[in-house]
Amino acid sequence: MRHALALSLLLSCFWLVNSGHYTPLILSFMVASVFFVVVLSHAMDVVDGEAQPLHITFRLPVYVIWLAKEVFLANIAVAACVWRGPGSISPRTIRVRASQNTDVGVVIYANSITLTPGTVSIDLEGKDIVVHALTEAAEADLLTGEMDRRVCRVEG
Amino acid sequence: MIDMLLDILSWGLLISGAFFCLTGGIGLIRFPEFFSRIHAASLTDTLGASLILMGLMFQAGISLTLAKLIMIMILSLIAGTTASHAMAKAALKSGMCPLDQAALSRRPEVKSYTDKT
Amino acid sequence: MFAATALALLVVMALALARAFLGPTLYDRILAVNNFGTKTVLLLAVMDFLSGRPDFLDIAIVYALINFISVIGVLRFFEYAQQKTVEQGE
Repeated sequence: MRHALALSLLLSCFWLVNSGHYTPLILSFMVASVFFVVVLSHAMDVVDGEAQPLHITFRLPVYVIWLAKEVFLANIAVAACVWRGPGSISPRTIRVRASQNTDVGVVIYANSITLTPGTVSIDLEGKDIVVHALTEAAEADLLTGEMDRRVCRVEG
Repeated sequence: MIDMLLDILSWGLLISGAFFCLTGGIGLIRFPEFFSRIHAASLTDTLGASLILMGLMFQAGISLTLAKLIMIMILSLIAGTTASHAMAKAALKSGMCPLDQAALSRRPEVKSYTDKT
Repeated sequence: MFAATALALLVVMALALARAFLGPTLYDRILAVNNFGTKTVLLLAVMDFLSGRPDFLDIAIVYALINFISVIGVLRFFEYAQQKTVEQGE
């Protein structure tokens, strides 16, 4: 029930932002279509804690701010590599262990790795993430495991 | 006064975003093989796009346009990440080996991984 | 200022197109086309402010969605096509 409410709230916001017309007729269309989509999602069995991980909502913003800082620094490092030329990169493939307990946590971790330029998660084998790193510095950053610990904390 | 400061801030963001996009585009041409080029493309997808959209947000002020710009930003960050992962995985599955001499000499377990693919 | 940003984005799109034509492998081309698409979204957003017409942002959202779906679709297509050739070859 909680998840269905959260989904309808999110869909309503999406509709309101995209529509821009707030007459009673259009708003009744909104209610009808949101209800239809929620019923359809319920029938598809995707209205649960995996599709709407509500328990991380309040811990996520802190992590997102930290991730934004990391992404910014990594961007500058990769931009420097581009301007210095192909000689400054040393591509490598490494494996990192994701120590999160749930699938949601592993997905957040792997997506954060890909979002940071300089590291791309290529494959997931069990709990091992295969990562392609552009430079040794990017690899060392990842191997400190700070991102892993922070995602664990988000997951709770 | 505040307006002028906001204008200057948004111009700075737009210019630096354009710079990062250009850097990514040059990296796309300059890097030697596919797996390195993904990193260059993700450069334009993350910071380049975000900075340009933030610059536009300061021009938009509090309005519906702002909400739409935030939506485009979230959408492009998530979709860009997913797309680059999908491309890397598809390339790996099709038998392309990432170039990694450094890792080959150092880590036997990585070597066995590259041999398998 | 918007014009300068739009110009820079056009240059990036030209570079991405060059990679799409040069690209030795199929995946280089897909990467370049995806990059071209994300830059188109940004260009549409900038064009919205350059021309002062508020409709362009909606087109940008739709273009972002279409670009993502089409890249995933093309990747799926070639993944299955290659699996099929491998199976037929064996």
